[in-house]
Amino acid sequence: MKARFLIPLVIFLVLVVFLAIGLTRDPRDVPSVLINKEAPVISLPSLYDESQIVSSETMKGRVWLVNVWGTWCPECWREHDFLMYLKNEGVPIVGIDWRDDSDDAKKMLAQQGNPFIAVGIDPESKAVMDWGVYGAPETFLIDKKGFIRWKHTGGLNAELWRNELKPLMAQLEAE
Amino acid sequence: MRRLLLSLLLCLPLLANATIEAYQFDDPVKEARYKKLIEELRCLVCQNQNLADSNAELAQDMRSLTYDMVKRGASEEEVVTYMVDRYGDFVMYRPPLRSSTYLLWAGPFIILVSAVVVLINIIRRKSREAVPEISADDIAKAEQLLNQNKDDQQTKDSDK
Repeated sequence: MKARFLIPLVIFLVLVVFLAIGLTRDPRDVPSVLINKEAPVISLPSLYDESQIVSSETMKGRVWLVNVWGTWCPECWREHDFLMYLKNEGVPIVGIDWRDDSDDAKKMLAQQGNPFIAVGIDPESKAVMDWGVYGAPETFLIDKKGFIRWKHTGGLNAELWRNELKPLMAQLEAE
Repeated sequence: MRRLLLSLLLCLPLLANATIEAYQFDDPVKEARYKKLIEELRCLVCQNQNLADSNAELAQDMRSLTYDMVKRGASEEEVVTYMVDRYGDFVMYRPPLRSSTYLLWAGPFIILVSAVVVLINIIRRKSREAVPEISADDIAKAEQLLNQNKDDQQTKDSDK
């Protein structure tokens, strides 16, 4: 009989547990369906010369990164230094400049360094929608066969590089 | 003057509205298909809005892509498949029925059924213990009280 008074408390505690789990999750971290699928073909006009096409075809046989960014995105500014570090480590990064003002983008790359081997502009989210991107920055790792093997939503940092990206890239290089 | 200013101010929402693009369709079937699609697809930037309600830039581009596909003759299913292939099931407001979503679909009914079972149990138990023994004396007393009241009523009625 006494135990019945505990029922509301038990229900409350169960709710607390569920809500606590909910709080630790990031609703923006939508699982990507593209992992282990063939990467969509990139074919975008280059930031520096719009008559030139930045194409993913030229990257066949390499392990490389795609980074979606824009000068309007504060997290991309924060990430920029780290991308420069990756460039010095010899990581090839293709940039997709999303819905951006090309002059602003060129200015930012001139001032803070250009970590990309090529930058395509995507003013109408063409490539962005192909890649299932909904926020910047977002980074994809593509293997030698052209499959997406890893994805990160949000800025890259040293911890991620050390714990996830670097070991995975070494493994993919060996494949 | 003030009235003119007020009426101009009231026109402001029209301007705000104009930012949502109006797409032209030559075929009403396609237009209906487009409208249904942007109602059912989720904007991934503002996650609790659909494409029709969202003014996010990505939503604009997703609407424009939907428009292009529908205009080229894509079926509803083709557009949804295209989006799901890239953004996952999350892009659909109505989650599909599959093994990972059984609990989501069945959950409310499970809760409803268990609530009804609990309710029936409570009512049964209550009705079982609800009939207390009444002694003959108490019944006589109650009858007397009831009849007394009736007499009062009658005298009151005859007074009128």
